[in-house]
Amino acid sequence: MKIATDSPLALYTLRRADDALILGHRLSEWCGHAPMLEEDMALANIGLDLIGQARSLYGYVAELRADGSDEDQLAYLRDAPAYRNLLLAELPKGDFAQTLLRQFLYSAFADPFWRATLASGDPTLAAIAGKSEKESAYHLRHTAEWVIRLGDGTEESHARAQEALDLLWPYTGEMFEADAAERELMAAGLAADPEPLREVWSRTVDQVLREATLTRPVGGWMQSGGRHGRHSEHLGHLLAEMQVLQRSYPGAKW
Amino acid sequence: MPTPDTPLWEVFIRSRNGLAHKHVGSLHAADATLALQAARDVYTRRGEGLSVWVVPSAAITASDPADKGMLFEPAQSKIYRHPTFYEVPDDVGHM
Repeated sequence: MKIATDSPLALYTLRRADDALILGHRLSEWCGHAPMLEEDMALANIGLDLIGQARSLYGYVAELRADGSDEDQLAYLRDAPAYRNLLLAELPKGDFAQTLLRQFLYSAFADPFWRATLASGDPTLAAIAGKSEKESAYHLRHTAEWVIRLGDGTEESHARAQEALDLLWPYTGEMFEADAAERELMAAGLAADPEPLREVWSRTVDQVLREATLTRPVGGWMQSGGRHGRHSEHLGHLLAEMQVLQRSYPGAKW
Repeated sequence: MPTPDTPLWEVFIRSRNGLAHKHVGSLHAADATLALQAARDVYTRRGEGLSVWVVPSAAITASDPADKGMLFEPAQSKIYRHPTFYEVPDDVGHM
């Protein structure tokens, strides 16, 4: 599959679709394993919201490509270097604190991102944003409440939350990246500019971390590469599990 | 798992405007905020609700099953309390 031939709009959409699918898959790994039934359901719900967003976005990518591909091919028949998701999304689920911190850091971006995308001049992206914005708003509320309770909870929950935050922090810069092709989409009013979103994100994160008595890591060098197909070793393992059925039984349906 | 840190809450959902909140089940949560979110996540996945209440189970005062005879049996012999002895005229329509 030749990603290089994608139009800027298709590549832009593919990147967001990959974020949603990979993060959704990571959340699905908690199904049956969360510390309590209530949170098992909550994490699965968020995962399903994200996979739903991924389906809409992949559908649009396939439409833009007009090469007969579909959402299943995009999800199940690409290898790791063809994926364009944030590195943040593919990191292992870790413990409960790591999953919740990651989801909070992402949702604090996704919520204003989808709200900004409501104004996209592209009617399909704007429509997907209309659905995703409500979902992300709840993801942010739910994960923020947990971050506050983990940070301001027991000695152990505080230590684990701070450890997760320190681990994840260098992966947050990638959310605000935009290459030249994406800048053109922004200039054309099709895509949301991530720069003003950085301030919104920062404010949300500061406010929640303060309430959680967690220390915001000092900025500095940020990880990068996912948007261009340079991934950590974790993505290959994730795809192996996620894709095994379609790879073993091509075209299998249920 | 029930623990002292996650007490039990009763969940009530109103499915439509004009209907009363109805008890749908219970859950465990650390506090009211998380209980409300858990209620949303566990009990409204199929579009069941427009409004959710959560109430600490410990706040409910319940009748003692042993008092069943004293509390409820006296009503069973008072069939005249049911409004079934009236003929509703056809013109009244749905009542």
